[in-house]
Amino acid sequence: MTALVVVACIAALLLLALAAALGARASRATPLVYGSTAVICLVAFSAALLGDDGALMLPVGLPWLGAHVRVDRLAAVFLALIDLGGAGASLYAIGYGRHEHAPHRVLPFFPAFIAGMNLVVIADDAYTFLFAWELMSLASWALVMADHRSPDSRRAGIVYLIMATFSALTLLLALGLLAATHGSYAFADMRAGELPPWRAGLVLTLALIGAGSKAGLMPLHAWLPLAHPAAPSHVSALMSGVMTKVAIYAFIRIVFDLLGPANSTWWWAVPVLTTGGTAAVLGVLHALMEHDLKRLLAYSTIENVGIVFIGLGLALAFRANAMPGAAALALTAALFHAFNHMLFKSVLFFGAGSVLVATGERNIERLGGLIRVMPVSAGCVLTACMAASALPPLNGFASEWLTFQTILVSPALPQWGLRLLVPTVGTLLALAAALAAACFVRAYGIAWLGRPRSACVDGAHEADRFSLAAMAGFAALCVLAGLFPGVVIDALSPAVQMVVGGRLQPQLGLPWLSIVPIADRSSSYNALAIFVFVFCATGMGWAALHRLGSKAVRSARLWDCGYPDLGPVTEYTAASYSQPIRRVFGPLVFRSSESVVMPPPGDMSPARISKRMHDLAWEALYQPVCDAVLALAVFFDRFQFLTIRRYLSFVFLALVGLLLALTLWQ
Amino acid sequence: MHGLAFDIAHMLAGALVLLSLMMLYQDRLYALINVLALHALVLAMSVAWQAWVHDAPHLYITAGIALVFKAIVIPMALRRMVFQLRIHREIERVVGSGLTMLAAIALVALSLEVMLPVTEGVDPVSREDIALALSVVLIGLLMMVTRHNAVSQVAGFMSLENGIVLAATGAQGMPLVVEISVAFSVLIAFIVIGIFLFRIRERFDTVDVEALDKFRGERR
Repeated sequence: MTALVVVACIAALLLLALAAALGARASRATPLVYGSTAVICLVAFSAALLGDDGALMLPVGLPWLGAHVRVDRLAAVFLALIDLGGAGASLYAIGYGRHEHAPHRVLPFFPAFIAGMNLVVIADDAYTFLFAWELMSLASWALVMADHRSPDSRRAGIVYLIMATFSALTLLLALGLLAATHGSYAFADMRAGELPPWRAGLVLTLALIGAGSKAGLMPLHAWLPLAHPAAPSHVSALMSGVMTKVAIYAFIRIVFDLLGPANSTWWWAVPVLTTGGTAAVLGVLHALMEHDLKRLLAYSTIENVGIVFIGLGLALAFRANAMPGAAALALTAALFHAFNHMLFKSVLFFGAGSVLVATGERNIERLGGLIRVMPVSAGCVLTACMAASALPPLNGFASEWLTFQTILVSPALPQWGLRLLVPTVGTLLALAAALAAACFVRAYGIAWLGRPRSACVDGAHEADRFSLAAMAGFAALCVLAGLFPGVVIDALSPAVQMVVGGRLQPQLGLPWLSIVPIADRSSSYNALAIFVFVFCATGMGWAALHRLGSKAVRSARLWDCGYPDLGPVTEYTAASYSQPIRRVFGPLVFRSSESVVMPPPGDMSPARISKRMHDLAWEALYQPVCDAVLALAVFFDRFQFLTIRRYLSFVFLALVGLLLALTLWQ
Repeated sequence: MHGLAFDIAHMLAGALVLLSLMMLYQDRLYALINVLALHALVLAMSVAWQAWVHDAPHLYITAGIALVFKAIVIPMALRRMVFQLRIHREIERVVGSGLTMLAAIALVALSLEVMLPVTEGVDPVSREDIALALSVVLIGLLMMVTRHNAVSQVAGFMSLENGIVLAATGAQGMPLVVEISVAFSVLIAFIVIGIFLFRIRERFDTVDVEALDKFRGERR
């Protein structure tokens, strides 16, 4: 039943995309398309939430294969995530889309993008899966290219296209290796296959590269900070909040489900944990150095994907050692964090979009004081920032706490390598969490607090009511998921049970709504108690300040402590806030260098400080590949303009060469 | 009887290869066209012999098409064209004809070496035919590659097509419709090429394709 409803929703979205392509220039097209998308997403969301498992065979696709779709518990979790995110983004876009310069470049692709993501999750054979994957990639590429006149967007588009092709290629190879055992592309047959260890390891590597590059794992992240900010903000929210989760789904589906526990070994956890830990720390460090609001959020996405992959790596390690309880905890933490990230990253991108509409500015160095003109947005964004910084009692804390609980179980692992590696990754995770807090204090403090740093803030206004509804709804969900994590954990447990064969104890039955991840340990977390404590402490502090503080009116003097007029220039800037962290990590991570140019004595010109930073991943990994491709292209360019006889000679020589090879081979 | 049938089929296909080799060193255009006509004539005989041996009457039609169009109509048209283009006295310098012949002999050896092991177990008549047909195709391609004159290239193309027809009749698989349509497409290709030849001549005063390359301003 669920499968049928979801397929119907996908078909409806595709039809909507077609209709939008035909009528995108109509005046009411924007609210109509986004409104219908939101409704369809909500239908699919409720179907995923309430529905049952089921499979369906559609008479489309390759003639001898058809298209298999199946909704199981894992797919249902991700369906719910995708469609909730899709509904929120659509709701936001009803208001935000009015400011779009070229709606006909966005409207047709938006529903198609959501349809593609839904189809990836329910696909039950390799062909449908890859088709849906490509539909998702191409639709999102078109959305990235919405503003095709700016050179940044074009560069983002080409890098994204190349990386998407690369990721699809590796996934194709991984699924091909899986299909080789039975020669069948249906997932059901792949699950049954036994693979030799080297081939299973190869599948894991390819899946990690393919899904990881789509999710933005370091060092395959290069496209993400370019492409996510280039798209319109509601699409950025979808790409960052939802599409990366589809990539995570692909990894779980291939490595946990299709490869199966029979094929897995403990060392698989090593690459997953290492890349996850690296991505978490490097992602947030990059975010700390960033001045562009949307790029900052994109880098923060890399950090959160890293955290999710740490959870997945732990789940792999525990599952290979037949510890289903711990594996269930790790996987629950990963899925919970994926869900949380979707919520708060959507709000943050919505907020960035509203700031962009209100001020036309993405550089936080030129913002400031927005909290006074956009109070409601400021509140929502603050909630999301706190969730992203993993502050209790919000949802980000709950999932990161679960991840840490898993790391604390790791001494029970029998392998020495893992016992050494997991605490190291835990340290990286702790570092990433702390840096993330610094990053969001910086982002929020510079952009929303203080005084305006440029004139662009003057004309700012509050966002429209649709955008506010979307932001407030998701911010409320952040709070709710944080206060009642047990509900989410219990909702995730059937999927976890399906994937790793174990589950956490039911959390809703526990007293006082606490969560106790491991039954025989004493560690527990009660968000409600923390919330009450925070609420009471704040209230009492506030009351005390106002009750005990002096009410006498004081008038200040003209030369007020030597600072008569504090202009915006005297405020903390984003660069100055992150400077200490840059000084600590910069030489290692960015190979940064600073130079100060002092004017000679007697010269009245100001001294100048300049900093240079390198993106090592780009320079070490991408630049050589780019150079090689360019050299190859230059070489083949010579064959572009030859005489017809030369072309014929090439054909002739190729034919003779192939015949010769055939002869020798025989 | 079967031995004789095989021998005659073999002889005709071999004659086709021999004529292809002859084409390679013709430096006068009329002589080249004569060899081309002879080539098509031998092809028609070969196809007709196949039709008789295999008792496949539809192959007579193929043979008839080869005889009428390729052995009579096209060579006559080519002659007229050459005359009208006033290149009938031209002597095309054939570069390194000895070397080209050696290469062609190597190609015949190669095609036999490729085809005979692949087609083991097939009817011996078709087997030899296919191997020789491949060498005719390769020699035709070699001719198109080594010649400068557009008319010689057309002749190379026509002989290549003859090789394909020989292979197709040997395989006995190609339906009649396909054969007829192939024959007509060759005719149309011939017409188009003829028109182009006149246009080239009009513009460049020669049918040497090097003039085209020079005009495009590209390196050789």
